[in-house]
Amino acid sequence: MTPTLQLFLILSAALFCIGLLAALSRRHAIFILIGIEMMLAAANINFIAFWRFAPQPAQPTGVMVAIFAIAIAAAEAAVGLAMVIAVYRHFRSTNVDQLDRLKG
Amino acid sequence: MVGLISIVILIPLAGAIALYIGQPKNARTVALIFNALSAFYAAMLWQKFDVTASGLQIVERHAWIPSIAAEYLVGVDGLSLLLVLLTSLVFPFAFSAQRLERGACALMLVMQAALYGTFTAQNFVLWFLFYEMTLVPAFLLIKIYGGENRDYAAVKFFVYTFLGSIAMLLAFLGIYLAKGTFDFAALAGLGKTGLLGGKLQWLAFAGIFLGLAVKVPLFPFHTWLPDAYQTAPTGVSMVLTGALSKMGVYGFIRLLVPLFPNEIKIAGPWLLALVICSIVLAPLAAWAQRDLKRMVAYLSISHLGYCLLGLFAITAGSTSSLIDMHAALSGVFLQIFNHGLTAAALFYFVGLLEQRRGLRGIDDFGGLMQRTPLLCGWMSVAMFSSLGLPGLNGFVGEFLIFKGSFATAASFTAIAVLGLLFTAVTFMRAMQALFSGPLAESCSGFSDIVRGEKFVIVPVTVLMFAIGISPQFLFNIFNATVVQMARLFA
Amino acid sequence: MNSWITTNVWLIPTAPIVASLLILAFGKAARRAAAAVAILGQIVALTISIFAFVPTLQTHGFRAIQNFTWFTFGEQTLRIGFVLDPLAAAMLLMITLVGLCIFVFSIGYMAEDKNFYRFFAYLSFFSGAMLGVVVANSLLLLFVFWDLVGLASFLLIGFWIERPSAAAAAKKAFITTRIGDMGFFLGILWLYHRSGTLLFYDGGRGCLEPIALSAIGSSVTLIALLIFCGAIGKSGQFPLHVWLPDAMEGPTPVSALIHAATMVAAGVFLVARVYPIFAVGAINGVTTSLTIVVWIGVITGLMAALIAVAQFDIKRILAYSTVSQLGLMMVSLGVGGVAAGIMHLLAHGFFKALLFLGAGSVIHGVHHEQDIRKMRGLRKLMPVTFATYAIGMMALSGVPFFFSGGWTKEEILHATSSWPRSHLPHYSILIGVILTALYMTRQIIYVFFGNRRAASEHAPESPSVMTLPLIVLAVCAVFFSIVLTPAWPWLESYLTGHAAHFEPRLLIQPMILVSLALVGAGVSIGIWIYRRADETDPLQHAQPALFRFLENKMWIDEIYDRTVIAFSKILARLSDWMDRHVWDGLVQDIGRIGQFFGRVTTSADERVINAGVDESTSGAQGLGRLMSRWHSGQIQTYLGAVALGMLALVLLYAWLG
Repeated sequence: MTPTLQLFLILSAALFCIGLLAALSRRHAIFILIGIEMMLAAANINFIAFWRFAPQPAQPTGVMVAIFAIAIAAAEAAVGLAMVIAVYRHFRSTNVDQLDRLKG
Repeated sequence: MVGLISIVILIPLAGAIALYIGQPKNARTVALIFNALSAFYAAMLWQKFDVTASGLQIVERHAWIPSIAAEYLVGVDGLSLLLVLLTSLVFPFAFSAQRLERGACALMLVMQAALYGTFTAQNFVLWFLFYEMTLVPAFLLIKIYGGENRDYAAVKFFVYTFLGSIAMLLAFLGIYLAKGTFDFAALAGLGKTGLLGGKLQWLAFAGIFLGLAVKVPLFPFHTWLPDAYQTAPTGVSMVLTGALSKMGVYGFIRLLVPLFPNEIKIAGPWLLALVICSIVLAPLAAWAQRDLKRMVAYLSISHLGYCLLGLFAITAGSTSSLIDMHAALSGVFLQIFNHGLTAAALFYFVGLLEQRRGLRGIDDFGGLMQRTPLLCGWMSVAMFSSLGLPGLNGFVGEFLIFKGSFATAASFTAIAVLGLLFTAVTFMRAMQALFSGPLAESCSGFSDIVRGEKFVIVPVTVLMFAIGISPQFLFNIFNATVVQMARLFA
Repeated sequence: MNSWITTNVWLIPTAPIVASLLILAFGKAARRAAAAVAILGQIVALTISIFAFVPTLQTHGFRAIQNFTWFTFGEQTLRIGFVLDPLAAAMLLMITLVGLCIFVFSIGYMAEDKNFYRFFAYLSFFSGAMLGVVVANSLLLLFVFWDLVGLASFLLIGFWIERPSAAAAAKKAFITTRIGDMGFFLGILWLYHRSGTLLFYDGGRGCLEPIALSAIGSSVTLIALLIFCGAIGKSGQFPLHVWLPDAMEGPTPVSALIHAATMVAAGVFLVARVYPIFAVGAINGVTTSLTIVVWIGVITGLMAALIAVAQFDIKRILAYSTVSQLGLMMVSLGVGGVAAGIMHLLAHGFFKALLFLGAGSVIHGVHHEQDIRKMRGLRKLMPVTFATYAIGMMALSGVPFFFSGGWTKEEILHATSSWPRSHLPHYSILIGVILTALYMTRQIIYVFFGNRRAASEHAPESPSVMTLPLIVLAVCAVFFSIVLTPAWPWLESYLTGHAAHFEPRLLIQPMILVSLALVGAGVSIGIWIYRRADETDPLQHAQPALFRFLENKMWIDEIYDRTVIAFSKILARLSDWMDRHVWDGLVQDIGRIGQFFGRVTTSADERVINAGVDESTSGAQGLGRLMSRWHSGQIQTYLGAVALGMLALVLLYAWLG
């Protein structure tokens, strides 16, 4: 079985769906964060895959974007975790069902 | 440089401001002091006035709003001076009629200033400003300090007269657009040739006529008057009838007749017919009134009708001899003064009765002659003066008016004489009801005239007798003006 | 002296008027002084009148005028003035003399009245005003005093103002005479318009002098008749006579003054004064205006004499007798007998004052009872009153030779007999003479003869302050007959300005026999009818319907009440109603139209513009509420929405290809 673009795209779509499911269904804020990270990873796989199968893969544009996105994701995870801690301190809970302050 | 006339106008205004700022306890006294001041300056005006010269005197002219030809132009001729003197006389008389609150006193003073302005202004814009300035204090005085039904009366008074004013203002705007001036003397000079021409001319005539007819008032535009006079406090009624109603007649003499000589000639019989209705129907209606104030109000309409009778008779008639012109105009001027004096006095006396009884229906009194002979006596003098008894002031003016009007409008004059008769009947009925018969129980505690009231009544009555017996001193004021106006109207 | 008086005639009316003002000002405290001042004023006027009389006596056709400017209006002047001529001088004497007697009498009559001082003030004023009428040399000035006379009569008739009937009578007198005055006023205006002056005499330019008279032209008849309206009112001629009997509500001296010297004399005097206006263009002494004067006089004279026969009030009988006599004077003036008319006026002034004062004395004696049926038999108790009253009665009835009224009636009969238009006035006067004798006899019999009634049981004779004037007046009434005899027609010549000659043969003429016979007939009929009179009048027995008709004054008052007065009251109501509902209704309707427009614009404002804004805001609000329901605050919901959105976008992309 030769590695093809479809294979990678199916992988990343599956990863994305798993991440989305996690972000939508888990109650705990940390799991949601993890779900988001998974979706980001799926996006990164896409970048790499499109780069690898592009007509001129010589220049490392896709890799650069993926590395950049990973860096951003790390920063985002840090911020997200900090917010989760802040939310926990404030509400004594990280259950997002109880956090409806955004309600209009 | 403030001229004498401006001082006369400003003093009452200053008084009103003083009352507003100073908040004195005895507002009436303060008002009377300012009245005395303005009367003094009015007397100075009289003293400075050259009775032999015709035309405007003591003129003050300042630029004001050049873009609409409005200027501050005040001056007096015989008629204006007469009215200024009358105003100076009626206001102190009215102030002494009853104790008014501070606000009412201030409003009265504002009205006084506006009246002085109306009678001396010689430019339409200025004149109209003062003319309307009388309306607001009058409205407020009725509305705030009036008796029963005051809201209705005040609103009716205001809306009615204001409607007339608007009609007049529109007419004058039309004239201004055509001729470019608001100066009375200039307009009067243009009057003979027609100011606007065609239908517009008639429209302007109708507008000004309406404005003035409501103010006088002339039948059938008079219905605001009984309500307003009836409900206003005594002092305000006195001022309304004594000074304010003269603005209308003054306007007729100063504006309508000089500006529209041809229209008056054509509409003459109709105008005279309205005047006759005023003269005859009003005292008839007065006869049927039960409220004394309302009765006096109706008679007031009739007496102002005489003024207009004289004025229209000589201007509407095709040919009027000089003697008739002079007689009618002199009569009208004298009647203006007399009516101011007498009608105010009548309201004063009704006020005295009301103060004592609390009511003023004709049936609320009876047999007063036994309890208060002096009050009855002095009141009778005012009544007889009003019904034109010789020896009192009313007669001279009425005789001259009838003399002047008989020549050109004999049949109208003959009907108008009925007005004299009905006036007499009305007063006779009132005298019988008030003074004669057994003393009514409700009147048995009345006090007769007290000293303070005497100080007011005696000078006024003496003036009535003086004019009735030797009226020359009043004629001297306006003889030159009469001659000049007769020339203008001829 | 003569020249002094000609420039000071004005003092005569001034004296009583000043007295009146003095009394009004200071009299309240001092009753006696009030009467004294009034009488002093009257004496001054009398004295000056005598001075004024002298020059008119010395020169035939004497006339002194003194004109001055009252005021200047415009460039014109209004001039008035005073005149002294025989007509004025004779009237002055009569008025002041009679007035003085009445004043003195009043001291006694009004002694108990609490407004004593005011009474004398009014009396003085009345007298002064009347004197002013007489000496006025201008129709305007005459009108001024004329109205003042009216005012004074109003005050005096209503003197007992606490009585409603007195107040009503005063009002009636004032208004009735004023109706006539309105005509008079128009006449003045018309005359002024036509002749350009109101002065009677002005050195040839006055309105009674030929130049002005010819300038008046054809309207002269109407002018004369309008002026006559004034005389009708003041002199109580038909149809304006109704106030005169009611004027009996005043105190008796007032009645005397009104009926003898002042008020009613003014009308006759006026006609005599402006006689040239009536006589313009006369053919045989007849003009249209004079003819009307005659017929008015005839109607008045007969009607009043008839009514007088059926009255029971002692003063009312005299009042109707006055009306009747005034009619007689008017007839005399109308047929051209001016002198005769004025002489009768003068003579009448004396004896009518005498009769009224006599009646006053009787009323005073019987404690203010005025019904003649309740008096009876006063002859013995009040001898002076009776004697003087009898003299007055004979003078009034026209007994010839010794009583003034006889000669003047004689003159009037002469004047009417030669009137070319008709003989009816002449005969009516003859009937009038009989009737006068009849009702005076009736009155005398009722009051002074027969058995005494309760009211007259203890009637004392009046005090001398009251009887003295009676005696003076009685003497005058008798003495006056000397200057009136046709044998020596001194007064006539004095009034007309022709020389008088003494001709005794004129004493006995056919006419005098006729009038003697008539008076005799009247008196004897009276004695025959009333010899056994009791509570009910014999005439009432014989002719109840006719008597009732006369007793109720021919129902003229009632007719006026139902017609003229009712009509004008309806007019007044109508005028008031029109004012409230038609004229004011119009105004209110216009106001209502304005209000209607106001309401229309208000509702447009409220329903359209306001509603639009309201709806859009509430719509936005509702939308907001709907949206906010979606904002659950559940972060996963939002995330789901994003995911769904993304899915939708993907599907859209797929579908679009």
